[in-house]
Parts: sequence; C-alpha cells; structure tokens
Amino acid sequence: MNIGWLTLLLLLPFVGAIVTMLIPKAKALTAKQVALGFSLVTLVLTVIVAIGYHRNGPDDYAETYTWIKAFGAHYALGLDGVGVVLVVLTALLSPIVIIASWNDAQSGRWSEKSFFAWILGLEALSIGVFSATDVFLFYVLFEATLIPMYFLIGGFGGPQRSYAAVKFLLYSLLGGLLMLASVVGLYVVSAKHGAPSYLLTDMMKLDISQNTERWLFLGFFFAFAVKAPMVPFHTWLPDAAGEATPGTSVLLVGVLDKIGTFGMIRFCLGLFPNASQWATPVVLVLALISVLYGALLAIGQTDIKRLIAYTSISHFGFIVMGIFALTSQGLTGSTLYMFNHGLSTAALFLVAGYLISRRGSARIADYGGVEKVAPVLAGTFLFAGLSSLALPGLSPFISEFMVLAGTFSRHKVIAVIAVLGIVLAALYILLMYQRTMTGPVRAGIEKLKDLNAREILAIAPLIILIIGLGIFPKPIVDIIKPAIDSTMQRVGVTDKAPQIPVTEGQK
Amino acid sequence: MSHELTWLLVAVPAVSAAILLLGGKATNAWGHLLGTLAPVISFAFGVVLFFQMRGKSDGERSETVRLFEWFSVGHIKVDFTLLIDPLSILFVLLITGVGSLIHIYSIGYMEHDERRRRFFGFLNLFIASMLLLVLAADYLLVFVGWEGVGLASYLLIGFWQIKNSAAVAAKKAFVVNRVGDIGLSLAVMSMWALFGSSAFSTVNAGAEHLSKTWATLLGLMLLLAACGKSAQVPLQSWLLDAMEGPTPVSALIHAATMVTAGVYLVVRSHAIYAVTDAASTAVVIVGTVTALAGAIIGCAKDDIKKALAGSTMSQIGYMMLAAGLGPAGYVFAIFHLLTHGFFKANMFLGAGSVMHGMNDDVNMRHYGALRSAMKVTFVTFGFGYLAILGIPPFAGFFSKDKIIEAAFADNIVIGLCALLGAGITAFYMTRVMIMTFFGKKRWAEDVHPHESPKVMTWPLIILAALSLGGGALYFAGHWIVDWLAPIVGHEEEHAPLSATVMTIITLAVVAVGIAISVLMYRRDIPREAPAGSPITTFARRDLYGDALNEALFMRPGQYLTRTLVWLDNRGIDGLVNGLAALFGGLSGRLRRFQTGFVRSYALSMVFGAAFVVVALLAVRLS
Repeated sequence: MNIGWLTLLLLLPFVGAIVTMLIPKAKALTAKQVALGFSLVTLVLTVIVAIGYHRNGPDDYAETYTWIKAFGAHYALGLDGVGVVLVVLTALLSPIVIIASWNDAQSGRWSEKSFFAWILGLEALSIGVFSATDVFLFYVLFEATLIPMYFLIGGFGGPQRSYAAVKFLLYSLLGGLLMLASVVGLYVVSAKHGAPSYLLTDMMKLDISQNTERWLFLGFFFAFAVKAPMVPFHTWLPDAAGEATPGTSVLLVGVLDKIGTFGMIRFCLGLFPNASQWATPVVLVLALISVLYGALLAIGQTDIKRLIAYTSISHFGFIVMGIFALTSQGLTGSTLYMFNHGLSTAALFLVAGYLISRRGSARIADYGGVEKVAPVLAGTFLFAGLSSLALPGLSPFISEFMVLAGTFSRHKVIAVIAVLGIVLAALYILLMYQRTMTGPVRAGIEKLKDLNAREILAIAPLIILIIGLGIFPKPIVDIIKPAIDSTMQRVGVTDKAPQIPVTEGQK
Repeated sequence: MSHELTWLLVAVPAVSAAILLLGGKATNAWGHLLGTLAPVISFAFGVVLFFQMRGKSDGERSETVRLFEWFSVGHIKVDFTLLIDPLSILFVLLITGVGSLIHIYSIGYMEHDERRRRFFGFLNLFIASMLLLVLAADYLLVFVGWEGVGLASYLLIGFWQIKNSAAVAAKKAFVVNRVGDIGLSLAVMSMWALFGSSAFSTVNAGAEHLSKTWATLLGLMLLLAACGKSAQVPLQSWLLDAMEGPTPVSALIHAATMVTAGVYLVVRSHAIYAVTDAASTAVVIVGTVTALAGAIIGCAKDDIKKALAGSTMSQIGYMMLAAGLGPAGYVFAIFHLLTHGFFKANMFLGAGSVMHGMNDDVNMRHYGALRSAMKVTFVTFGFGYLAILGIPPFAGFFSKDKIIEAAFADNIVIGLCALLGAGITAFYMTRVMIMTFFGKKRWAEDVHPHESPKVMTWPLIILAALSLGGGALYFAGHWIVDWLAPIVGHEEEHAPLSATVMTIITLAVVAVGIAISVLMYRRDIPREAPAGSPITTFARRDLYGDALNEALFMRPGQYLTRTLVWLDNRGIDGLVNGLAALFGGLSGRLRRFQTGFVRSYALSMVFGAAFVVVALLAVRLS
C-alpha cells in the first residue's frame, strides 16, 4: 500500500501512543523510552519532509481520499509554508517535553506511562490539524485534540487541575460549537453549488453572499480567538497553565493554542477573505488590547506559571495583529512568531518547571537569590526570558519586529501603541528574574541543586535554535514566503510601496 | 589582512565570551587572560585597518562588507552588512583600545572575586556588541548591537546581584533603555515604510526627499533612542544607579563607550537631521539641559562614582549639543567623545584605584589627603582632572573649547549655557579632587590606603598620557576635521568673538569655578554630610528625576496592574463562571462524573451540532 508521508507522520506517534499504553504499568521506564523513541523518529521524518518541501514544493505531500461522500468530506492532507513550520514545531517540542517531563508524571491520577502516551496522541492529532486540507477533517481533528489535552491537564498537575481541565474544556467546547455551526453552514452553501465538497480548494471557489460570509467567518474566528486565546476569552489559559505540569503547558501554549492563529490564516483569511477585511478594525483593536492587557496582567502576577501564561496572551495578541495587518511582513512575522514563541515559551516554562519542582512552590515570593546557588538554572532562565522579551539578535525579535513593522505600514496608531509592549515585556521578565534569582539567598533555597544533564539536554536544542534563527532566519522565512504570497493574493491585498523609492544606483 | 575580514573584529570577542560563559569552571584558571587577549587582538586588527584606510584617498575609505542576507520579506531586504569607514574605525579604536586597558586593569581589580571569569565573559560580550553597533550598516543591525550592549550593561550593573540594590539598578537601566528603544523601533519601521529599507546607504540617499514632517518625526524618534542609551534628559535616571556595577564597568560602559552610542546614532543619521531644523534644535536643547543637569548633580554627590557619573551625563550633553548643531558640530562631537573616553575612563579607573585602597568605600567624605598614599593614582587622576577642565594643553581643552565656540556661533543662549556648564564642571571636579586627595585624613582607623598593583596603575598611566596628548588629533593640522569631514560634513561657523577671546573667557570662567570650590572645600570637611539647602537636596536627589518617574509612571502603573489583576479574577472570569453556574451548575456537575466526562462531552457536541443544524434549517425555511 502506498502510504503518504503525512499519513506516516500522523500514524507514527499514534502507533507510539498505543504501544506505550500496552507496556505493563510496572515497566514505566521502558514505556518512557519507547515514547521518546517514537517522538524522535517522528522528528527525523518531519525534518526530512520539511527539507523535501523546501526543495520540491508541496506536490509530493498532498493526499486526498474520499471519506464520507454524502457530506463531501475527505481524508485530505497537504502542506503549505505555514503548515510545515507548525508541523516541525510540534515534532520538535514533543521529544523535548518528553525528556524534560521524565519525572513529572509519577504522582498523577493515572499511570505514569499514560502521560507520555497522551503526549504522543496529542502530537499525532496536532500534526493532522496542521496538515488537514479538508474543512471537515480539520474540524474533527481540532475537536479531537481536546481529549489528550484534557487528560494531560486533569490527570497530572496541581491541586486545582480538575477545575482547570473542565474550564479548558468548556471554553473549547463553546468555541468548537460555534465553529461547528459554520462548518455546517459551509456544507449548506457548498450543497447549493452542486455536489458538496469540504476540500479547501473547492471551498475557496464558493461564491458566498456577503452576510453569510460574515456569519460563517465569525463562527470560525470565535473558535480560534478562544483557542489563541484573545482577551476577553483568555481566562481559561492562566488556570490551565498554572495547574498543568510544565510539559503540558508547553504543549498547550506552544502547539495547541497555535491552532487558533494557524486557523485564522488558513481558514479565516483563506475561506472568508472579504469578511476578514471587514472584521479587521475590530480584530486589530482586540489584538492590541491583548498585547497590552496580557503584559500588564503578567506584571501583576505572583505565580510564575500564571505569569508566563499571561505573557503568552500578550504574544498571541502580536500574532493576531500581524495576521490581520494583512501585509506580507505582518503575515510572515506572525507565522515566524508562532514558531519562535513555541521555542521561547517552551524554554521559559521548562526552566520555570525545573525551578518549581525543586522548591515545590510556584509563588514568586518563595524565591530569591537562586543565581547564587544554581547559576546554570538562573542563566538559562534569563536566556529564556530574554528571548521572550524579543531581545534583538535572538529569533523572537525578528518575528516581533516584522509584525510591528507590517502593522505600522497600514495602521500607524495601532502599531505605535503596540510598541509600548516592548517596555512592558522587559518589565514582566526582568521583575520576575529579579525577584526569583537575585538578591540575598532566601531560606529554603540554600540547598537548591543546579540543573542536571537531562534537564540541560532538553533545553539545549531550544537555546541553539533561538540563537541560530536569530542570526540566520532565512531558511524558515523562505519556506513561509509562498504561503503568505498566496494568502495575500487570496485576500486581495498588496503591500504598500515605499513612499520614497531609492534605487541602489542612487547612492 | 583586508577590510573583508572586518567581521573578525566582532567575532573574536564574541567567541571568547561564548567560551568563558559556556566553559564553566574549567576556564576559571585562565579565563581572565583569554578575556583580555580578545579585545587586544581586535585592537591590533583595528590598528591595521586604520592604517590601511589612511593610505587611501578620501573617497575610497568607506568599505561595506556584505556577509549574508539576514532576511527578506515583501519589499524589505535586510543584509548582515558591516560598514568600515573613518567614523566607525575611530570607534573601533576607542572601544578596543580603552577596552583592552580596562580589561587589563580588571585582572587586578577583580582578582579576589570568585566570579571573575564570568565578569570577563560579560565584558567580552559587551565589546562584541559595541563593535557590532558601530560597524553595522543597517539600522536594524545597529539595533542588535544596541540591545546587546544594553544586555551587557544589565549583566554588569547587576554583577553583584546578591545585593538587591544592584539587581534593581540593573533592571532599571534595561527598562529605561527599552523606553528609548521605542524610538529606535519606530524609526526603523518608518524607514521601512518610507524607503523600503533601513540600510544606511538607502536612508542617506533618500533623506533629502523626506517631507519636513517625516524628517522631524524620524529625528525625534532617533533622539528618543539616543536619550535612553546616552542617559540624556528625560531618560537620564538610570545612569547614576548604574554605578552599582564594578568600577571598570563604569569606566568602560558607563563613561567611555556605551553611553556615547546615542551621540554616534545622531551623527550617523546626519542626512536626516540635515532636513529638519526642528529635530536638530531638539537635540541641542536636550544636550544643553543635560549638560547643566548633570553638572549640577555632580556638585552634590559625596559618592565619588556618582559625582563622576553626573559629570559623564554632563559631558555627553556637550557632545549631544554639538551633534545637534549639524555640520558645524559633528566633528567636535566625535572629537570630544574620544577625548572624554580617555580622560573619563582615566578618572573612573582612578576612582576604582582609590576604592581599592580604601576597602571599597566610595564616600569622599571618608577620603582626604590621599595624594601621598597613592602617588600614581593621584598624578594620573590629576591629568584627567586637568583634561576635563579644559586646561591647555590637555585633550579636553581642544575638544570642549571647540564645542563652546560652535555653540556661541549658533545661539548666544546655548553658548552661555555651555560656558556656565564649563564653570560648574570646574567647581565639582575641583571638589572631587580636594575631597579625595587634599585636606586632612578622614579615614576610618582600620583603613590603610595603599597604591594599587602595577596591572592597575599601568592602564592609568597610559590613559593619563592620552588625556594629555589626545588633543593632538586636532591641533596637529586639524587632522580629525579632515578625517571625518568627508563622512559627516563640516562647516566652520564663526562665533561673534574671535577664537582667542573665547578661549580666554572660557578659561576665566573655569578659574572662577576652581576658586569657588577651593574656597568652599579648603575648610575641614565633616565625615557626615550636613543637611543642605533645598537646592543641595534638589541636586543630591538627582533633580527629583526618580521622584518624577515614580509619581508619573511607577505608582500609576502599579495601581493599574493591581486593578486589572483584580478585575481579571473577579470581573471577566467571575462573569464567565457566573454564567456557567446559571446554566445549572454545569461545571460542578461535570466534575462529579469525571470518568464519563469525555462521553458526556461527545454527547453535548452531538447535541449542540443537532441544535445548530436545526437552527440553520429553520433560518433557511423561514
């Protein structure tokens, strides 16, 4: 049988999850090693796919099979620049999280092995979400990702984990329902045009009346705004990230939430270009509010994990802003931002997790002077923080700057206000660093151990990538470019030409 | 070796920093030696490049070295390109030259610090970033160096972060600099929108076509950035706190090099300022205000480092003032930047040497009569003192005199302010000199002042020589004018009075400053600071700069975040939870049958879907 590359990418972690579950409870270590093995093989395959995509374009990776003929639903997978980047991010973060969480799942509600099986399950579904080219398939996978995440939050984490998991699910459920309404609506429109088809390429050809387009857009957008999450639909995230294990938080904020911003590019802009333009002013203002509100709330937090969750709300505000700026800098920047934010927030959550696991508290006030006793931990924490505040030279800077510049070229006032975010980011990161890492060594910290080899191993790839892509982001920018060009074309926007064009010869 | 290898200037200290910071304890034994070698190598290479450049004719001295494409998006393409020209090479020599001396000095100064290796790693990181800042050929790449030095400054101010005050000062420096970075960010975004590029070559070529409004906006954005980095009013407040860092850091970063980056930025952007009088005037005003504010603060400080920090603010104010004057002042801004780099680094290291002998006490009221105990330090510090006062033939005489002259040529009020500043400078520097080296001993009993080791005094001697001889850059046939004019332009403006008369007036004002100071401080100086007049308090408290920031930004900001946190918990979240409760305590009920949860979730999904389908059909049917 001829199995497509993407199906293979999707199946591999899925099979890994099943195999991990089948291993007897007593052999937890074997289960973990198997899970890690599957995630590493998936990563290798993903890199091969990404390189192939870079060389030969998307055609080698498209797969389409009819699934439910009556609905016009297909099992259809394919890649574009945005999808590739997020598939790579998913495949990269999964083994990192497995290594970093090696000892974090021992006191969960369910067996230790199930934690790692759920991670693989989530990986499989996320890869599917980012490569689905059929709206129905996307919807099903989109909803299905909630299941592993629900178990990861609700089964392993802090004392309030049940509350947090249910809250996460209720919010997602609400968003999902509205999206379902739009998915059904799309069916109605498609059926009107003849044989219904949920394939993205077919859906893009639909002629949708203005009002219908706007309603359908809103259904999708609302689901994505809850997922991303944007203010005011954000309050589930601090609870979820605050209660979940650090590894789960990484997957939640680094991968799962990206489905929201990914969906905005592929489905909101792709399927409803006119409605997207119509909604732009409101969305940009909401995004701006998210940027500033998330940052201010982060400054006011007393809990390290909740603080990081709020920084992400601010970062997602930037991503949404870049998308709806509808410029190639904004869209490219946002896509790159999704990747870079995955790296920097993963680093931040994981090091914070290392710290918290040592002291048994996530309260900022319980720390102080850690740098003195655990300099490597403090150093990596500072590095992760600097990448989160988008220090020039590190990869998040390029994406954040592109987003701001892309917004500036069309919406000057919004961009100028959003730039305040860079000062607030410095405040929330450095205040947290100052309170936890500097000053006299606080009682209870004196014997804190520095990072061990496993912990460094998990964090090192992130650090290398953050520096490497800061200096040489070209490969990834080049991969993204065609997808952004076609999205711009689809929406019918072009970049503003420079006011004073200067040719090279004019020097 | 050719200019193609310019990147090595940056790479050598960068690699060294990486080795020192990642190498761990294994590098403890020789870390400081590697750390010192790195800037020395860069300096040697810089000298080679300088003489190669001298050998060429005026028009051929600027070379761009394109390393690789950084990224391209839409119309915008940003290259990783370096520019080595007469302006940047002077900075290269200053940064690596003075930098090397300060590294050597630090071997002795930090000898007993268990984290000395890391200190050298941070210093190397600074040197690499600062070199990138001055060599970058694109404003966005400048930004990388710009924040790189900010990071190094943060790490080094907070080097003794076990002290809360150091950690707070470090954070403050970074955050205030970020406020300035808003300006640089917006400037680059505007350049992208206006020119489709932020490369120097494109911006310089396009600047003359700028509208007045855009030119002024760009000028003001760049000025905001410069204010942050160069501690100019209103973003000056971080510099005095930055003295928490080890003294070599104060000398290198917070006197000789990094804090002058704002002046570099303005001079580098001369094409933009040429189109806008409004922004240029703003630069002049900021410079003048800071020159006086810094001088006044310098008068009131008993902490020797803070007195010198006030002085640094003030002297950079002079440079900024000169830069705002346009082609009449650019050359002298850079000239004063160089001489100041010599004599201020000299005095800061001298202060460090004094502290070294005084058990790290910084309070000048506890000094006195150190001239016999620390002869080398005294004499070298004295050279710096004479240079900053502008006594001929010391370096500062030539550079400061030219700025005052140019200021008078521009505007009589600005000129008078610059002249007054020179007088105040004479006053507070004489005060520092007397309180430290003259008068009676005021040391505590357990203090035994002694001269510092040779590894510390030799850098002092060399810097003292430069403080004396640095003026040669100008008086030897106006060399620096000819060197820089092809890059930044130069116009000789004529002051209302002849140069000789101006010099005499300036020296007279300086003499008055010295005289007042001597009269005031030749009496016995109490070990405890007496309660001063309201004016003294005003100056001691940094002209209420911090109080103003607290009242305007910090406290309202704290209230805002606290209110928002409360609202977020009670308001938005409370509302949603309340709604959930309204729907029959849904969440509570769901929590009760956890095991069946996914099933009930699937059920509700199906139910919801059915509901929506029915609703859609109903809409269509009606």
